[in-house]
Amino acid sequence: MDKILIKNGVVVDPLTKTEIKRNIYIENGIIKDEPSRKLKDPAGGVKIVPADNLIVFPGLIDMHVHLREPGYEYKETIKSGMEAAIAGGFTSICCMPNTNPVNDSKEITRFLIDKAKTLDLINLFPIGAISKGLKGGSLADIGELKESGAVALSDDGNPVEDSAFMGRALLYADTFNLPVISHSEDIKLRGKGVINEGVMSERLGVIGIPSAAEDIGTARDIMLAGYYGVKIHIAHVSTIGSADIIRRAKKAGIKVTCETCPHYFSLSEASLLDYNTNAKMNPPLRAERDRKAIVEAIKDGTIDVIATDHAPHSRDEKEDTLDAAPFGIIGLQTSLPLILRLFYDKKISLMRIAGLMSLNPANILNLDRRGSLKNGYIADITLVDINKEWQFTESGIKSISKNSPFIGEKFKGKASAVIVGGKLLTEN
Amino acid sequence: MNLTLKKGVIIFGGKETDLILDNFINGIISSDIDFSNAIIIGIKNGGVPLAGLIKNAVFNRLGIDCKIGYIDMTLYRDDPFAVKKSGYSTDLTFDINDKEILLVDDVINSGRTVRASIDEIFDFGRPRKIKLAVFVDKEGRELPICADFIGKKIKAEKQEIIKVNITSKKKFVEKI
Amino acid sequence: MSFQKKDLISIKDLSASDINYFVETAKEFKKIFLKDIKKVPTLRGKTVVNIFYEPSTRTRSSFEIAQKRLSADSLSISISQSSVAKGESLKDTVLNLDAMKPDAFIIRHSESGAAHFISKLTKASVINAGDGINEHPTQCLIDIMTVAEEKKDLSSLKVAIIGDICHSRVARSDIYGFSKLGADIYLYAPHSLLPRLTEHKNKKIVIAKSIEEAVKDADVVIMLRIQKERASYYFIPSIEEYRNFFKLTPELLSLADKKVMVLHPGPVNRDVEISGSIINDNRTHIFKQVENGVAVRMACLYILMGYQKIHG
Repeated sequence: MDKILIKNGVVVDPLTKTEIKRNIYIENGIIKDEPSRKLKDPAGGVKIVPADNLIVFPGLIDMHVHLREPGYEYKETIKSGMEAAIAGGFTSICCMPNTNPVNDSKEITRFLIDKAKTLDLINLFPIGAISKGLKGGSLADIGELKESGAVALSDDGNPVEDSAFMGRALLYADTFNLPVISHSEDIKLRGKGVINEGVMSERLGVIGIPSAAEDIGTARDIMLAGYYGVKIHIAHVSTIGSADIIRRAKKAGIKVTCETCPHYFSLSEASLLDYNTNAKMNPPLRAERDRKAIVEAIKDGTIDVIATDHAPHSRDEKEDTLDAAPFGIIGLQTSLPLILRLFYDKKISLMRIAGLMSLNPANILNLDRRGSLKNGYIADITLVDINKEWQFTESGIKSISKNSPFIGEKFKGKASAVIVGGKLLTEN
Repeated sequence: MNLTLKKGVIIFGGKETDLILDNFINGIISSDIDFSNAIIIGIKNGGVPLAGLIKNAVFNRLGIDCKIGYIDMTLYRDDPFAVKKSGYSTDLTFDINDKEILLVDDVINSGRTVRASIDEIFDFGRPRKIKLAVFVDKEGRELPICADFIGKKIKAEKQEIIKVNITSKKKFVEKI
Repeated sequence: MSFQKKDLISIKDLSASDINYFVETAKEFKKIFLKDIKKVPTLRGKTVVNIFYEPSTRTRSSFEIAQKRLSADSLSISISQSSVAKGESLKDTVLNLDAMKPDAFIIRHSESGAAHFISKLTKASVINAGDGINEHPTQCLIDIMTVAEEKKDLSSLKVAIIGDICHSRVARSDIYGFSKLGADIYLYAPHSLLPRLTEHKNKKIVIAKSIEEAVKDADVVIMLRIQKERASYYFIPSIEEYRNFFKLTPELLSLADKKVMVLHPGPVNRDVEISGSIINDNRTHIFKQVENGVAVRMACLYILMGYQKIHG
């Protein structure tokens, strides 16, 4: 399958800012000029993929995924995570290092890359740890991580508590031009909190997490990046305060980028009624005003990326009290349909979606020749039937874990297929 | 610094200088110095051109290519201590042990320069003997040192400076 | 030409012609090493006190030899056996020693500004033998002298300084010294070990983007020591990683000018910041630096004592 022709799709390319019905020709995994003669001759070995009524996006990239392999394969494996990603329309996913053992070494990074190669499904870009064992005590061998294939660094799950450590980590990572993805939070202020501090935590009588815990962390990390003149990427922005700090930092010329997750613009703390542990994650679902602020931040360009923070946990772990259940929800299969709701609500364009979910993460992570459908780019492509109406059911979940607050939701729009490096994959 | 340039008084010049110089060099060459085992050492800076003239004369008349070195005795002065002029330095890159040394300077006065130079030479080794040749002997010795070869004796006051110019075509000695 | 300061505290205090004067004088002193008796009587009767608050082999012995070769009377105080160990302050220590009327102090201290501080307490000359992360002016003069012995025009040189620049007093002095002479300076380090170079904005000082950029066509490569404890304070992950990414290797060095000179102020961590094979290479001048160290320190003492003679 060396030659593919995607016919008559509406091609949305965020790099050239074009949205037009046209064909895309792929040869040996690379997007190329369409050769006029061979077209009409299927015998020439060109596989035709009809894309009438489909939107053709550059392959979607989820830069914030927790695959649980190695160590917690009962929650998710690389394979099951990739299958969920394919169903969700992703051609590339980036896996966070909080596995067991932690990905703070070339051995684990290579294990992940080799495993992905063996599976031969979608692209896997590992994210290495900032600190050895995610303990915040000493830097991971960052150069070695980069050399073995890590595309970014993060201690996600926990913030880097020590400001001196964070500053030096940003500087050291900058030596290797490796982006740092910061889980920004004042962990002592979070304390034993489990959901957002506010009306709902009062009603449920559980300990709350002040939104200030996130704001303070975000502010500190941005100040460090600004002071040292280096880049930083803020993960899972969920508050008015964080969004505002980032907006102002960008205006001030600080090299900050950020992501939010579909649940922060789709849900609020109201979802926690009934002590719903499938709505427990960190940062927590915030107040309605925060949710609206996140939608605003997506609209005005403050937010660069939509990432899922896909965090599988087993049924046994989640079937517990709010206090005891772990933080995190799955999100790979619901991310695109949730962002399409913003499109249908006329909040954002398809072009903007292609930026948020493909071009921007590719740029932030320095992924070579990805994020666009220009000639010469790698043929990572997502085909989306934006009119398809469907329901998200537990049985339709590809992940091993089923911890989603969106089970039962009806959506409009779904990925129909992905092409990864010229290879066509569909949800089976 | 307000330096009033005093005009020098020529003591002798022209042909007289050449004559004194010839006699001076003749005396050295016809002495008992074994030039095949000798090193000529000029004391910087006044002794440098004089040492060169002697070396050339030795070569022309005896056919011996005598080694030549230079001494800058600043570091050995007994009036610690003068600031060393950059670029002035001792240049003695060969073994002096058991050699005959002809130490050359343009003017001898107190004898302190010669004393310091001899001290420095001994830090390079142990020569068999040292002979001293000075073109002008301005009397007023403060140390028991006397020259083996003298071009001309001149009487002058302590504060008067004798300048020897033998590098240009018009050679002369003046008193300032 | 003379030097119009009592002390040698910082390369910042020296003009380009001062630097040349020190180096030229040191070259003269180096000739003394060729003599049978490697000693001149110049500083007879002068007393020099060496106070080393930090361990040092090279610098301390270099200063002591310099003093002996100049016939000065010298005294070295080991801090572990002194009243400092009993809690005496730096000020009191110096004032007490000063009462014995030494002519010069040589001081090495772990705190920046220590030499400057004691220079205000005494009329004796003070030579900074390294203060904290601030400066090591005599090492800079050594490096310049070593380079000047081989290269004619220092203003046309590309000098790469690689390693723990942020904590290096040698780097700080070398940056000032070589840039005063007009050389182009390329700095490379893990970014966590780079200084914040606000003062140098208008000069020819470049933060290289890679070690290759720093070394390429360099005439001089100055490698700095990396201390193991830097890993404990998060500046680098580990010595192993430092070795993998920041070591000067023969392959890297082949990018440099054919006549490149490799310098290292010592002590060297073999195969950490520099390949062992380079240390034994004829492009490496580490031992020449040590040799020149004595000459430079003799010149410094001589020049400052000369100032004292006129102004003291």
